Amino acid sequence: MGIEAQFQKVEEKLYQNRYLVDAGQPHIKIAPHEKPSKNLLAMTHLCPAGCYTEAESGQVELAADGCLECGTCRVLCEESGEITWNYPRGGYGILFKFG
Amino acid sequence: MIEEKFDAIVIGAGMAGNAAAFTMASRGLKVLQLERGEYPGSKNVQGGILYADMVEKIIPEFRNEAPLERRLIEQRFWLMSDNAHTGMHYRNDDFNEEKGNRYTIIRSQFDRWFAKESQAKGAILLCETTAVELIRDGYGKVIGVRTDRSGGPIHADVVVLAEGVNGLLGTRAELRPRPQASQVALAVKEMHFLPAEVIEQRFNIKGDEGVVIEAAGTISKGMAGMGFIYTNKESISVGLGCLVSDFAENQTSPAQLLDLFKKHPSVAPLIAGSEVKEYAAHLIPEGGYNAIPKLFGEGYVICGDAAQLNNAVHREGSNLAMTSGRLAGEAIFQIKSRRDPCTAQNLSLYKKLLDDSFVIKDLKKYKDMPDLLHTQASNLFLTYPQLVAKAMENFVRVDGTPKIEKEKNTFSSFRKTRGALGLLGDAVRFARAWR
Repeated sequence: MGIEAQFQKVEEKLYQNRYLVDAGQPHIKIAPHEKPSKNLLAMTHLCPAGCYTEAESGQVELAADGCLECGTCRVLCEESGEITWNYPRGGYGILFKFG
Repeated sequence: MIEEKFDAIVIGAGMAGNAAAFTMASRGLKVLQLERGEYPGSKNVQGGILYADMVEKIIPEFRNEAPLERRLIEQRFWLMSDNAHTGMHYRNDDFNEEKGNRYTIIRSQFDRWFAKESQAKGAILLCETTAVELIRDGYGKVIGVRTDRSGGPIHADVVVLAEGVNGLLGTRAELRPRPQASQVALAVKEMHFLPAEVIEQRFNIKGDEGVVIEAAGTISKGMAGMGFIYTNKESISVGLGCLVSDFAENQTSPAQLLDLFKKHPSVAPLIAGSEVKEYAAHLIPEGGYNAIPKLFGEGYVICGDAAQLNNAVHREGSNLAMTSGRLAGEAIFQIKSRRDPCTAQNLSLYKKLLDDSFVIKDLKKYKDMPDLLHTQASNLFLTYPQLVAKAMENFVRVDGTPKIEKEKNTFSSFRKTRGALGLLGDAVRFARAWR
C-alpha cells in the first residue's frame, strides 16, 4: 500500500459540500509566471481544498471551484502579486450547511 | 438602490456583526447589515463552542430560543504521542446546571437565529451582498460602502467592520494589515454524523450533555497546532489547526493531517461508523495582543476576528467577537444619542470600553504566548508529548523492572532530550508568557 492510499482524496471530502459556482468567474487568479515562488509552490500542499496543482512544466495552476474561502493563499501569496484574491459574488462560492 | 442613509452599516453577519447589529437596532438606531453568503452563517466556520455569559449580556433569554447543540459538562485535555494520549478530564456536576456555562453550536443555524433577532428589532439584513469598497469623503472619513449589487454606494454615519479574519475591506482601505502567516492558524474540520444515543454512549453522557476534547502533541508533526473533538446533538466536529507559517515551512497538507488525527487509536473509536456530511476550512487569528490593529478611526470601528480578537490559549473567539460587537454598538449608541458625529475621537469610546473588558485584559495577559508557541513549536508539540507518553508508560507498565530504575529512565530521558538547562529554560519561558 502506497503512502497516498492511507489518505482520503480531497475531492472526496469536497463532494460532501454545497457550492454555487460562479461559472467562468474564478475569484482567485494566478499571475503568469515562469517559476513559482516557494509560497506559491507550497500551496500545492497547503490548500485544504486542493485547488493548487503543479503542472509538468513546473508552473502552479489553480482550479478554484472547490475553494473553501479560507484565505490561506491570500495570506501567503497576495502581497507578492502572484495571485489576486477576491470574494466570489454575493451568494456564490462555498455555502456551508453546518459551518 | 438604497437612497436612505443609515446610522450604521454592519459588514458581516457573524458573531461580532450580529452582536453589533442587535445592540444598535434594539436601541432604536437605523442599521443595515450586509452578508455575502446566501444566509447568515453560510460563510462562517467554528468548532464551535458558545460561552453563555457573553450571549446573555445581549439576549438574556437566549437559552429558550437559540439553536444549541449540547450543554458542555466535561472538558478533556489530551497530550498526544503517535499511539497514546495522556489526558486530564474535568467533569464537574456544578456545570450540570440548567443554565449551562457553555454549549456546542452549529454556526449556520446559530448565526441565522442571531441575525433574525436583530431583524426583529428593526435591523435590515441584505444577504448575497458582498461589500467591495469603503467610501471615504475628501478628508478620509469613512462614509459608506459600495457593494456588488447594482446601484450606487450606501451611506451611513459609521461602518462596523465585522468582516472576519480574511475580510478584504479593511485591508484594501489600509485600516488594518493583511494577516501575517505567523499570526493566523489554518483549521480544517469535518462533521461526523452519528445517532445521538451512540454519541452519548461513547462519551458517557446523557440527554443534552456534551463533552469537549482539546488535543495537542505529535498530531501536529512539530508545528504549533491543536486538534479538537466536540460533541453536537447528532454529530461530532473533528478538526485540527496549525499556524499557516508552520504549514508553509513544512509543506504539509492539512487534509492529510486531519486524516491522521482521525486514525489515531484514541480518536478512531469515537467516530467509527460515522457519516461525514461536510468538510470546512477557516483561518483563526492567533497573533494575540500584539497583532490587534487600530480598532477605530474616522467613521469606522473594527470588531471580532477582523481585529484579531481571539484568545488562542483558552480557545476562545466567538465570545470575544460578540463582546466587541456589543461594545462597539453601545459606544455608537452613546455617541448618536448625544447627537455627536462618529469621529475617531468620539469612537475611541469603543476602545475604552473594550480595554476595560475581559477581552483586552485576557489578550494582554497572554501577549508573549504566540511568540513562544511559534519559536518553541517543535519542543512543545513534538518532544514533550513523546517524553510524557514514555514517562506514563514507564509508570504504568508492570514488567518486573524495579520502580527506582523506571524513575531513573524517565528522568534521564527528559534530561537527555532537552538538557537540564533546556528544561529549566522552557519552564521559565512558559511561566513568563503565562504570567
